[in-house]
Amino acid sequence: MLRLVTSSAAPDSTIRLERISLRRGGRDVLDGLDLSIPRHGITAIMGPNGAGKSLALRVMANLVRPDTGAVIHGLTDPQDIALVFQKPVLLRRTVRANLRHALAIYGVPRRERRERLGELLDFGRLAAIADSPARALSGGEQQRVAMVRALAARPRLLLLDEPTASLDPQATAAIEALIRGAAHSGATVVLVTHDRGQATRLADHIRFLHKGMLAEAAPADQFFLAPKSPEAQAYFDGKLLL
Amino acid sequence: MNGFGDAFAAAFALIVGFDADLVEIVGLSLRVTLSATLFACLLGFPLGAVLAVGRFRGRGALTVFVNALMGLPPVVVGLIVYMMLSRTGPFGTLGLLYTPTAMIIAQTILVTPIVAALARQTVADLDAEYYETLHSMGARAGARMRTLLWDGRFALMTAALAGMGRALAEVGAVMIVGGNIDHVTRVMTTAIALETSRGELALALGLGIVLMALSLALNALVMGARLSGARLAHA
Repeated sequence: MLRLVTSSAAPDSTIRLERISLRRGGRDVLDGLDLSIPRHGITAIMGPNGAGKSLALRVMANLVRPDTGAVIHGLTDPQDIALVFQKPVLLRRTVRANLRHALAIYGVPRRERRERLGELLDFGRLAAIADSPARALSGGEQQRVAMVRALAARPRLLLLDEPTASLDPQATAAIEALIRGAAHSGATVVLVTHDRGQATRLADHIRFLHKGMLAEAAPADQFFLAPKSPEAQAYFDGKLLL
Repeated sequence: MNGFGDAFAAAFALIVGFDADLVEIVGLSLRVTLSATLFACLLGFPLGAVLAVGRFRGRGALTVFVNALMGLPPVVVGLIVYMMLSRTGPFGTLGLLYTPTAMIIAQTILVTPIVAALARQTVADLDAEYYETLHSMGARAGARMRTLLWDGRFALMTAALAGMGRALAEVGAVMIVGGNIDHVTRVMTTAIALETSRGELALALGLGIVLMALSLALNALVMGARLSGARLAHA
């Protein structure tokens, strides 16, 4: 059975972004953002373009350093956090070599790599394309490789930046299955998505951002039944949020 | 040997007849050039990667310095290596002066900055694409450099080719440290210079033709390998 996350699984406490501000191009792209992510389940971050969703994700992943504020997740090992991008960047190698490279980067002992590699290929249903050049694959297959590569780290916090944008329903279903698998294994999953349907299918919690600030935080079922914030209401009513 | 046509005919006869002197000179030229290119790649690729990915004080100045060294005058390199290897120099006891090894050392010094500067650009371009992915994976600087060098392997062949072209065509440095000794350190470029000064245009021209043909063939070979490799790996 493939183990996707470390034994201690999710982070020990709620992940918190406290008063995060970031100014880019003369604009406050994150404006005193306060955000808490429950340690269990899948949290979807939603909001219009430019709300700061992807940037918040990058701040959580320590890829972007905010001007002010703090990120508190208690994860000290960089490999506890994995990030999957909207457009996967795979290495100029085969699928197998991409995963082998990831296992090496994650410090998996050489003697264990073969077994782990086989598990990952099976889990991602990638065995049939294992020896194909990764960059020659379809968008859906490439994203599946990127997901499995992220899971190879056995992350405690899995960050997903619109992983199914521009994928067809079949490819989307395959990615969503992997996301559910990671969450069931105990990882904290944070998913940035524009897709209300996807958030409904996957998310346990919703965080709605607008103009770099938190507009609403609620359990998913409650949020989709009746969003409380005017921004979320307007967004789902199809109104333009300016 | 007065006419251009006569010289051409004589040169052609030397090539077709696998003239022993010609073969020996071509063989030594290839040995020196390929060895120098190999050593330059072994030094230049990691140096280029460090300049592209490393974050340290003086990186900008070092990059400018390496770029400037691309225009290093061969005779100056020859002179410095000569002084190092001469009997009174710090490495005089090694007895390397006027040997193919001295020529390889001089050419390695000439070619390494070219390979390093081109490798730096290749790796920097690739790093811009891979930066977030490798950082999000927690890859350390060493692992990032190895990843970028391997994934840039086909583009790096161009850097190696540029270095090889410089080594193959170089005459000043190898003349000084090799001495152009017959059957010992005579390579194509030094032989062409000598035979031309002696009026032996046939051998000079024959060597010139072989030099150009070799340069063309090596370039075609490496470019072919690069293109087919890149196509297979979708790089």
